[in-house]
Amino acid sequence: MTKVENNKAWWLVLPVFLIVAFSAIIPLMTVVNYSVQDIFDPYTRYFVGTEWFKQVMLDERLHDALIRQFIFSFTILAIEIPLGIMVALMMPTKGKGASLALILVAIPLLIPWNVVGTIWQIFGRADIGLFGAMMAELGINYNYASEPMHAWLTVVLMDVWHWTPLVALLCYSGLRAIPEVYYQAARIDKASRWAVFRYIQLPKLTNVLIIGVLLRFMDSFMIYTEPFVLTGGGPGTSTTFLSQSLVQQAIGQFDLGPAAAFSLVYFLIILLVCWVFYTTIMHMQKDK
Amino acid sequence: MSTSSSITSQRSSEETIAEGSYSSQAPQAPVVSLAERKARNAMWRGRIGMTVYLILLLMPIYWLLNMSFKTNTEILSGLSFFPENFTLENYAKIFGDPTWYMGYVNSIIYVSMNMVISLLVALPAAYAFSRYKFVGDKHMFFWLLSNRMAPPAVFLLPFFQLYSSVGLFDTHIAVALAHCLFNVPLAVWILEGFMSGVPREIDETAYIDGYSFPKFFVKIFLPLIRSGIGVTAFFCFMFSWVELLLARTLTSVDAKPIGAIMTRTVSASGMDWGLLAAAGVLTIVPGILVIYFVRNHVAKGFALGRV
Repeated sequence: MTKVENNKAWWLVLPVFLIVAFSAIIPLMTVVNYSVQDIFDPYTRYFVGTEWFKQVMLDERLHDALIRQFIFSFTILAIEIPLGIMVALMMPTKGKGASLALILVAIPLLIPWNVVGTIWQIFGRADIGLFGAMMAELGINYNYASEPMHAWLTVVLMDVWHWTPLVALLCYSGLRAIPEVYYQAARIDKASRWAVFRYIQLPKLTNVLIIGVLLRFMDSFMIYTEPFVLTGGGPGTSTTFLSQSLVQQAIGQFDLGPAAAFSLVYFLIILLVCWVFYTTIMHMQKDK
Repeated sequence: MSTSSSITSQRSSEETIAEGSYSSQAPQAPVVSLAERKARNAMWRGRIGMTVYLILLLMPIYWLLNMSFKTNTEILSGLSFFPENFTLENYAKIFGDPTWYMGYVNSIIYVSMNMVISLLVALPAAYAFSRYKFVGDKHMFFWLLSNRMAPPAVFLLPFFQLYSSVGLFDTHIAVALAHCLFNVPLAVWILEGFMSGVPREIDETAYIDGYSFPKFFVKIFLPLIRSGIGVTAFFCFMFSWVELLLARTLTSVDAKPIGAIMTRTVSASGMDWGLLAAAGVLTIVPGILVIYFVRNHVAKGFALGRV
């Protein structure tokens, strides 16, 4: 669509700018401020330049948290994207069944994140939870609170359960946008099910999949509440992801300087990915 | 909802799903029988796969629901799919204690505030982005998006200090404003997607007919994108409802969200599992109620209005 050049449109954007700036720019400036100072109390502070940044960059614990974070994000993407596509392909398209399936599939997305943690905390326990009990039946001494591998399995399973519906719904809306004529043509050509998927459905899903992959990447990169409730980051630090180590440092130990420097590095990583996301989408729209 | 009715509703869901997918596969013209058989096999696989997925999806939630009707002694004494001594005691505890149920009220208050604020500021902005080019529009759009991607953990401490210093700590509006950080950009994004689907000619015709901008916007434009507005409201509701980290940090007593109150079930005498489960079940209910209204557009909303 061609757009008219009109700088008065700024007046329409101004309220958004003000409200987001209040919640974003002022706090961000505070963080920048902390990141270059050593603060003992509200009246005693020293300028330390890039010292905190150096400390953060060299911090072993943070490296570990970052690596865990990447492993986690890639694991859940590798499971959720294919699974989401499969579910979307199986979802009924017409009638009451379609609405009902939509609502049921969307339910996990509407549950407060701490409750998602609670649900799996209960579900994964061998004494009172179905999943834990089933694992115990299989002869596995399942305990996500003491076994790092079990904790990982439960956290990943929880995230897959929680967020695959998002990918499924995205793909479902992508599939609905394919005109019936395409399928009729494929039927006339006696195209196989795989060919229909590969040459008709998948190309139409590219747009929504890009949104899905990036939303999932960023949200999983920011994950805090669910693992916090489920495992508290443990056993040890085996499921402590970036947000949680940040909160531990800032609130738990009150190391404001390093925590602020850490925040900025963390934010920059996400901003970088975000920029890639934005340019890709803009590019996509230009092609249309 | 009792357990038996949840089972029957699930069974009826399978039947309706089956009908739905069958009618979509019904060929209008006679087709080769091999292809027909193949299609029918695929349909059956889809039906079975979907049923299995839905059962796996709903099982953890059912388990929570099941537990919420049990007493703690029964919960700890062994696993069972149905409560033996069906009890509403856990729910009675929540509805009989203001410190419990006020958590739900608080959450609903700040979520509604956030929904209204987000929509009010996002509607004109989304219109500007979908219709006009202006200095810095792309940068502005990107900056908005980057806030959607900002980890709340980064802003935790500054938020606490900011809202304390302006005297808003422990008020509903503080949480509502804090949630604007990610909900306003999201609202602008979704609305922009829906608005771009409305042809420009409609605007131009209205202006030629002598409509002023505000009159055109409210009387003609908003009704055209009402499904978009509904979906946006739903998403603002959803993301504000599920967020706990900021809400918990910015409140202490008067505006404390239900998610923070739930931690009270941990005590020296151990966990009160039944109460925790009941509180959890009650947080799921509002979501299910609101999604019903936007069920047909929700998928498009998840794609940020861009399908």
